[in-house]
Amino acid sequence: MSLTDDMKAGLQAPICLTWELTYACNLQCVHCLSSSGRRDPRELTTTEAEAVIDEIQRMQVFYVNIGGGEPTIRPDFWHLIDYCVDHDVGVKFSTNGSRIDPRVARELARSDYVDIQISIDGADAATNDHVRGEGSFATALTAMDHLADADFGEFKISVVMTRHNIGQLDQFADLAHRYGAQLRLTRFRPSGRGAATWHELHPSDQQQRDLYHWLLDRPDVLTGDSFFHLSALGEALPGLNLCGAGRVVCLVDPVGDVYACPFVLHDDFKAGNVRDEGGFERVWRNSELFAGLREPQSAGACASCGEFDACQGGCMAAKFFTGIPLDGPDPECVNGYGEELVAAAAGATRPLVGADHSRPSPVKFLGRR
Amino acid sequence: MGCVGSTEPSMKFDIDRAYRLNDRVALRPEPFGALAYHYGNRRLNFLRAHDLVTVIESLAEHETVRSAFDAAGIAGPRRPAFEKALASLAESDFLVAT
Repeated sequence: MSLTDDMKAGLQAPICLTWELTYACNLQCVHCLSSSGRRDPRELTTTEAEAVIDEIQRMQVFYVNIGGGEPTIRPDFWHLIDYCVDHDVGVKFSTNGSRIDPRVARELARSDYVDIQISIDGADAATNDHVRGEGSFATALTAMDHLADADFGEFKISVVMTRHNIGQLDQFADLAHRYGAQLRLTRFRPSGRGAATWHELHPSDQQQRDLYHWLLDRPDVLTGDSFFHLSALGEALPGLNLCGAGRVVCLVDPVGDVYACPFVLHDDFKAGNVRDEGGFERVWRNSELFAGLREPQSAGACASCGEFDACQGGCMAAKFFTGIPLDGPDPECVNGYGEELVAAAAGATRPLVGADHSRPSPVKFLGRR
Repeated sequence: MGCVGSTEPSMKFDIDRAYRLNDRVALRPEPFGALAYHYGNRRLNFLRAHDLVTVIESLAEHETVRSAFDAAGIAGPRRPAFEKALASLAESDFLVAT
């Protein structure tokens, strides 16, 4: 058995557990994969959240990736971070930076177990704010300044790759270098509000190739192993080149629902709830959905393609929300096999995004570019 | 955060020395062996053999790695692979010389 085969069969506990603490957010990013905005009244209470932490400590989930929404909006956010650290659960949290003031930065700098990821989606205000909202670039940079002033050390700058920012790769690298930060680039998925903006924002074929070569030259840039579909272009990118959904990865949403991965907040990929009898552990180990995902998967329409072993058919979430069968090609398949299917599915009924917590006002782009 | 790098000259792994698992490393049993996680440098290692896990867990009880190998019956052609695995774990601070 190879390591990949071990991963496909599933682990005793996830390696990468994403936990979204709240659907509340002060931003309304046009690609938000959880369609966040308003808090959900059913969100886990502090006591329930502590019980989840106790449980993942028992299961030896070594660290969690906390997100949202904007997780720092929760009044008990800092308490829950401390609770994780006190229970041997390391924390990496994603934030838009709006709550990282000088005092918070100093407190964070004191912990060895807390890692921070600040999101920006452009190397300048115009590009970033187009996606994340006016003023959000300045806010993120101010937070980075506070972390640097507090000698926090190496934080992460996280960027979702779009058609408008792939040309800024070197600028992102420079920005990270300037702050002594680690750059993390991830794939744009057509999930959440991203389903509506994907067609306009996802990278072009040429941009994907440029990104692939740029990443091959910079193995120290993190990717969350999210570009494995690009490994079909030749040499494999570093990291786990397969879909980890329900095998090594899962998502716990603010109301405790457990999904196969952070990009499929949809009933079809909901395995259970941490409030159910047996809690998270039972969902992870015994849910039918996850058991199915750990079975050998058919290569389907990609079986005859020479690159299948390299790309493994790509991203399940990207296929699902663009209306492509799960055993079909990735919508951004580098051999172009996905494009036709995306076009064919465009007129048909696409799966609706699950729980939508967007604020009532429709999301608008900040003008045309 | 702390810097993962070190300015000290890296010590070569020596099978005739004593090593033990770093206190900041946790092992999680898995069907293929174990996952090792280092809370300090946040690195993850896949220990993909059950007797490799046995050897690592027993290191603290032995004066030398060689003696831990002998006790676990790691001999012949398997030994170089185990030595290499342990050397790499020592290199990344999962094991510390005592």
